[in-house]
Order: sequence, then structure tokens, then C-alpha cells
Amino acid sequence: MTTQSTNSAPSRRKRFRDSDLWWSFTHSWSARIAAVLLIVLIGSAFLAPWIAPQNPYDAASLDMWKSELPPIWQQGSEMPYLLGTDTQGRDMLSVLLYGTRISVMIGFASVIFSLLIGLTLGLVAGYFGGIADNLLMRVGDVVLSIPTILIAILVSAVVRQMLPTNLREIGAAAVLVLAITLSGWVQYARTVRAQTIVERGKEYVMAAKLLNVPKHRIMFRHILPNTLTPVLVAATLSFGMAILTEATLSFLGIGMPPGQPSLGTLIRIGNQYLFSGLWWMVIFPVVQLSLLVISVNLLGDWLRDALNPKLR
Amino acid sequence: MLVFIIKKLANAALVMLAVAFLAFMIFRLAGDPVDMMSTEQTTEADRELMREKLGLNDSFLVQYGRFVGNAAQGEFGISYRNGQEVLGLIAERFPATMELVLVATILSLVVGLPLGVLTAIKRGKWYSEILQFGSIIGVSLPSFVVGILLILVFSVTLGIFPAFGRGEVVDLGWWSTGFLTKTGLMALVLPSISLALYQVTLIMRLVRAEMLEVMRSDYVKFARARGISRTKIYFRHALRNCLMPVVTLTAMNIGTLIAFALITETVFQWPGMGMLFIQAVTFIDIPVMAAYLCIVSFIFVFLNTMVDITYAVIDPRLRNAK
Repeated sequence: MTTQSTNSAPSRRKRFRDSDLWWSFTHSWSARIAAVLLIVLIGSAFLAPWIAPQNPYDAASLDMWKSELPPIWQQGSEMPYLLGTDTQGRDMLSVLLYGTRISVMIGFASVIFSLLIGLTLGLVAGYFGGIADNLLMRVGDVVLSIPTILIAILVSAVVRQMLPTNLREIGAAAVLVLAITLSGWVQYARTVRAQTIVERGKEYVMAAKLLNVPKHRIMFRHILPNTLTPVLVAATLSFGMAILTEATLSFLGIGMPPGQPSLGTLIRIGNQYLFSGLWWMVIFPVVQLSLLVISVNLLGDWLRDALNPKLR
Repeated sequence: MLVFIIKKLANAALVMLAVAFLAFMIFRLAGDPVDMMSTEQTTEADRELMREKLGLNDSFLVQYGRFVGNAAQGEFGISYRNGQEVLGLIAERFPATMELVLVATILSLVVGLPLGVLTAIKRGKWYSEILQFGSIIGVSLPSFVVGILLILVFSVTLGIFPAFGRGEVVDLGWWSTGFLTKTGLMALVLPSISLALYQVTLIMRLVRAEMLEVMRSDYVKFARARGISRTKIYFRHALRNCLMPVVTLTAMNIGTLIAFALITETVFQWPGMGMLFIQAVTFIDIPVMAAYLCIVSFIFVFLNTMVDITYAVIDPRLRNAK
């Protein structure tokens, strides 16, 4: 409604285009390349069911006679297998697209859950202080004294062991999300806690308290938005980290099963054929995973600099 | 000072107790050990006897206390998989991992420090920009990907370095070393590079940031005004003041490197603790998993506490800090 009147506040769109963030984005070539790359990678992964030449989960569409075909530019290749096929006759391009989809979904879900846990605990601990705060910091100390990858491996191994055998394949993704979430929430909790302690002493919080605004409302509506800048940067970088952790677990054989391969699983499978000349089975997933994580990290790096007022 | 040290040590002990609790919980969660040991012929009475012998009928706290007591003495029980003493299994694999971590740490310092200085003093030059961009790639590439690519280039295609194993080792007492044979040294090259790469980029970025900070300070400007040569200022004056955080990072990251070594070890079939752990995870060999968790965390916590205490010795202002 404000868009028609010329003298009122500028529209959201206009405000965004005038913002420092947008300016810094259009002036950073690495951020733009990374954004385009990321959109292509994630976009193609989510459109996989429509654009992939083959459904790799459907055993009926696999043809054993078409297995171990090289990529299209090499001798002995066949259409439509652009990037060749694996030992079971699965089209590499299709497996890659579906695999990226799994990797991205697991990475995304674990960042969201870590955020939910970390933000809530960090806010409560920072706002109330006292025992809650002490307890959180001590638990955080313990979690941080075990290397992240080790936590993820142990959680994933133990939880899977606890599941009944018939659920292990289907539950693999959920187990991974749980494992990565449990190894990643502490950094958010610490960031938000530190910020909350700074914010809770400010006048606007005091004013809200005097107006008898309920505590949960002060925490989530007033303080939380002011703590989000560092969290946003941490979330972007840890999205890349989560994808890497998932890939590592799958590579080690305690992640996604070969029936629903993520990029890590594909690398694990391809790695077994490293010496048999089937290089395309390992190189393509490796390149895909690397591009994905590099573009996320480039964006995170840019975001950290762009949101840091000291660097302007 | 003494109070500070005691506080730090108590804190470290508490953290270790909590880690031991986690390790203990793995045992509880992963199922009944009696089920794993018994066969179809085992009678109910035998099972009860086994429970009594293993102390499973005691209260939770008593069992936990016993676990901590045993762990403190290095008693982690016997492996479910091959019936050997867990501590012996780990001790046998320990030198392989430590040599790998040591070489990777040295490598990361030898490469990371000069690169960090270079990118700081030649800021804006094309090669600094490339190195800076390359460092993001270095952080983004998972270590198993680096390992696979190294194997593909240097073992499969060029055939220069071996792709798996440790080569020949020489036993010095209980420590087996690969430093003394040619094959042992050749076998170290690829795994240590792939383990070090991440650390190299971290150190490079840290040194760069610190150098940029230090070079703005007054004493560097003063040294410049006195006509001291640039090289001397960079390496004798500025770099020295950057070394403290680098030493801290290196010491603290040794624990992380040991944990990350398990990935490198899997890629290169390196017979270290990490590979033992991954095999244990696949077979749900819980005593080995628990022991590995406790040992790695102990090294981690030990190094962190040492760094904190050393800092307090050097800088008295930190002694009163919380």
C-alpha cells in the first residue's frame, strides 16, 4: 500500500536495492559467481525428478549391459549417458543430481535444527543467567572438548544400533541429521548467549520490562532479532560444514546407504574402483561436492565481511 | 597463580568425567552385553551368572564409578571383535597416528607461516589474491577428497608415491617408526599432505590477519622511521608478535588433527588408531569406541589446559580472568 504514495517510506524492494548488503553483493565478483553456482547446483538437484535422464532408485530402469560406460567425450560411450554409468548401470548424471539433493536436504535440516536448539538455549541462558547459564556453558565445554567429527560418528553409530534393523535404511537420513545437529548446536548457543548478555542491559529491554511485556516476548521479539547478524554468518558457514560432515560420515560407511546415495556415498563407492580406471565414478561426485561447499563458503565469507561494519 | 592452576585442572577433570559419562552411556545404549556374549545354549542361570560377574546388577552410579576408575588406569576391557586387550590394541596403533599428526603439524607450520606473511605484506598483488582465494578452497575441500585426488594423481597416474600402508617400519621399543626407512618416508608423503592442507590454510589466514594488525602498530612505524630494512621488520619484529596465537592454534588443533586423522587413515589404509576406531564403529565394538573417545578427548583437554596455564604464566593479567 505504501508503494503508490511517493513521499511515504520506500518499498521493501527499493529498500533492499539501496541497502549496503546489495551494494556489496553487486561489487563482489566472488559472491556473485558463488551465488549463481549455488543456484544452479541446488536448483538442478531439486528439479532432479524432472530433469534427470533416469531414476536411479528404480531398479527396473537400470540396464546391466550399459554399466561402466565412460563419459560422452570418451571412446565407447553411449547416449544419453553424458557422464557415463557406474558398475550397476546407473547414469552418473542422474545419481549426482539425486545425491546432491540428499546432501543438501540433510545439510539444511541439520542447520535448521541446530539453530532452533542453539538459539533457544543461548537466549534463555543469556537472559536468565544463573544456574541455567552455568549448566549450558559446562555442557558446551564438554561438547567442545570432543572433536565435532567424533561426536557425529559416535551419535550416528550408536543411534543406528538402537534402531530396529528394518528401519536402519529408511532412518539413515534422520540419524545423520540428528548426529550433525548434536555436534553443531553449541556454537550458536554461545554466539547468541554472548550477544544476549550485551543486549539485555540496553534501554529498549528495560522499557519493555517496564511495560510488563512477557519474558518470552522480550526474548524472542525484542532481543533475538538483534543477535541474528553473527548467527546468520555462522549458519551459512556451518551449512557448508554440515554438508561436509554428512559427506564424511557417508564416505566412512556410517551415513547414507548405497541404495539412496548422497555425494559422500557416491565417493565411497567410486573410491573402491580408483585403481580400475573407472575414474568418472569418483571424480564427478568429488567435483560436485567441492563446488557445492566452495560456493557456500565463498558466500559465507562474503557475508561475514559485508555484515561487519568495521570493514566498511 | 596456584589457585588458577587448580581451578583449570579441576575444570579439565570435570570435563573428562563428563566425557567418560558419554563413553559409559554408549555401553548402556548399545544393548545388553550379555546378549552379545551368549549363544543359543546359554541358560538363564548362566546369563544371571554373567550379569553378576560383569557387575551389571549393580546400581547405575556404581557401574559408572567403576568405569571411570578402570578408565583412569587404562583398563577399557577387551575388544568384542577379537578378544584382545583394548589398551594394547590402541597402543600398537598409537605411533602410526602420532607420526602422521606430527609430520602434518610441522608441514602446516613450514608452509602456512611463510604464505601468511607473504599474503599480508604483498596485499593486493595477484599471487596474494590467488593464495587468499585458494585458502577458501583449501577450507572447503574435505580431507578425504584431497586424499583421493592425491592418490589419483600421484599413485594411479604418476606412480610416484604409494597409495596405502605405512611402508617398512622399525621398532624402537614399543614405538614403531616409519621415519627410518625409505618406504616408510615415501608412504608418509601423501597422507600427511592431505591431513595438513586444512591446517595450512588456517595458519595462513591467521598469520595474514595478525600481520596486517601488527603492521599498523606504532612500533613497526617507528622501526620503519629508523630506517630498518623491510625484511628485518617483517620477520624480526612483526612476525614475532604473531607467533603467540599461531602456537596456541597449533597446540589446540593437535587434538582435532588426531580426530581428523581417522578420515585420512581410512583413505590411505594407514594402520593407526583412527582406522581401528572406524573398524570398531562398523562392528559396534564398543570397548574400542569408548576407549578411543576417552583417549582423544583426554589429549584434547590436556593440551587446552596446558595452553591456558602457559598463557597465565606468560601474561599475569589472565590469572584473575574467569
